[in-house]
Amino acid sequence: MNIDKEYVSRIAALARLETSPEQAGKFAVQFRDIIGYMDSLNQVDTSGVEPFYSPSENMSVLREDETRKTCRRSEILANAPHHDGEYFIVPRII
Amino acid sequence: MYHDMRTLCTTRLLLQKKEIKVSEVVEECLDNIRQTEPDIRAMLHIREEQALEEAREMDRQGPDNEKPLWGVPMTIKDVICTRDIPTTCGSRILENFVPGYDATLVQRLRQAGAIILGKTNMDEFAMGSSTENSALQTTSNPWDLSRVPGGSSGGSAASMAAGQSLGSIGTDTGGSIRQPASFCGVVGMKPTYGRVSRYGLVAFGSSLDQAGPMTLSVPDSAAVLNVISGHDPLDSTSSNAPVPDYLDALEKRKDLHGLRIGLPRQYWEEKMSPEVDSACKKVLETIREAGARTVPVDLPHVQHGVASYYIIAMAEASSNLARFDGVRYGYRDQEARELLDMYRRTRSRALGEEVQRRIMIGTYVLSAGYYDAYYKKAAQIRRLIHQDFMQAFEDCDLLCSPVVPSTAFRLGENVDDPLQMYLTDIFTTSLNLAGLPGISIPAGLGHETGLPVGIQFMGPAFGEELLLQAAGILEQSLPALPFPAALKE
Repeated sequence: MNIDKEYVSRIAALARLETSPEQAGKFAVQFRDIIGYMDSLNQVDTSGVEPFYSPSENMSVLREDETRKTCRRSEILANAPHHDGEYFIVPRII
Repeated sequence: MYHDMRTLCTTRLLLQKKEIKVSEVVEECLDNIRQTEPDIRAMLHIREEQALEEAREMDRQGPDNEKPLWGVPMTIKDVICTRDIPTTCGSRILENFVPGYDATLVQRLRQAGAIILGKTNMDEFAMGSSTENSALQTTSNPWDLSRVPGGSSGGSAASMAAGQSLGSIGTDTGGSIRQPASFCGVVGMKPTYGRVSRYGLVAFGSSLDQAGPMTLSVPDSAAVLNVISGHDPLDSTSSNAPVPDYLDALEKRKDLHGLRIGLPRQYWEEKMSPEVDSACKKVLETIREAGARTVPVDLPHVQHGVASYYIIAMAEASSNLARFDGVRYGYRDQEARELLDMYRRTRSRALGEEVQRRIMIGTYVLSAGYYDAYYKKAAQIRRLIHQDFMQAFEDCDLLCSPVVPSTAFRLGENVDDPLQMYLTDIFTTSLNLAGLPGISIPAGLGHETGLPVGIQFMGPAFGEELLLQAAGILEQSLPALPFPAALKE
């Protein structure tokens, strides 16, 4: 995969980020380096190896679905950039 | 053992016997902060007044011997939520964030009588190996102010070395407790995944992150681990394995007789600076003098540890950091007219470059068409690495290796080359992939730079008792470090 400026901008869009042309150029060089290094994993034969996603695998933790009062609404909303005392307010969605 | 600064364990006994007041201990720490902070800039938030007030109240009530950390001032890495105390993660995006709750481990520390003195600097969202990625300030190494303290828990490590508190909590996703501990000459313990609750720890790599103590001595580490360990219903990955008394465990072993310490060939044969090589090899002599046998072992897949680690960590980070969108907390770009634009502008303006780099590479390795080639492949190699460790522990009780290939590097030395920075993590990341515990203790000072060198012990899952015992015995046999050279005593 040839990672160029345009490709970096497309990844940025997927990640809800935006990059300036200069930054996209710099990232393209660095990504080729880093992802090129990651490609070294291809040397390892992993056929038939079960992926290991978490050290706590095979743990099933179930509990009753009960409501618990943990935080006050006012404390949660105090950190929000924009709210009306009840809801978070965001810019126009559609 | 560290230089003649009073340790947490010594202090807590003096406090319990009322031979020293809590307010005196807090004052001492604040004095050290006032003296050293202009040089090292390790703290992001200092609770001077509140901590003194809490101390005076405790003095009025008198010691509570049920509380193992009664009156002990501690600092917390700023990635861990503290009620009513700003928690920034070293990021502009959370610059004004004040959690409405305590992380479980903080709650446990407070219940055990600890006083939260402040929050320590870190690489933004714990992404980095030098603390230079903090968006808020640059921390210097107390041994040489032109050098990095390591990272990402660099604030905690520098702060401990400067005597700013009696204990600190760091987090370790790929070496972020052990590497700065090595660079600053303190003890850093990364517990088994699941030993310490992650509830309230702002997630970076959820399958890798683990919080642990950073202290001046091994017994201090045990005392803190006693308090923060244990099952938490609020963290479904926290283990309900029983928590032994780690301090008691230290009393139970006086030498290393009968122990087999495995030396992973792949680590010892790796390129490292001559001073790290010689300081670590001297420790091996000490290990043998203490009665243990050293045996060579193989970890055939750890050479792929860094690549697998960065794929998995970045993938998990790209998902975890999606929550920073300017809606519920933190910074929001005010110019955007519609939602998607608000997300992009907010995130691009308030997240640092390394964080954006990792989110983007994480997004890439998880994207359609690449998932199998990167994320799944890395997870398969993670299984092989885990098997390597399990296999090695058939032939030995603990593993021992250097922590970092060099002593602390210069500020600015690696900032323009992210891959070079990642490669400094070769001895630490595989342990996180396998979810196992490790501890870094000072091995001595390097003969070229005069900077601290650390040595690392690694154990099987939930093998913290033996890990602390071995580290504790060695700590007593190794020469004590002097007070950090760059700070006036």
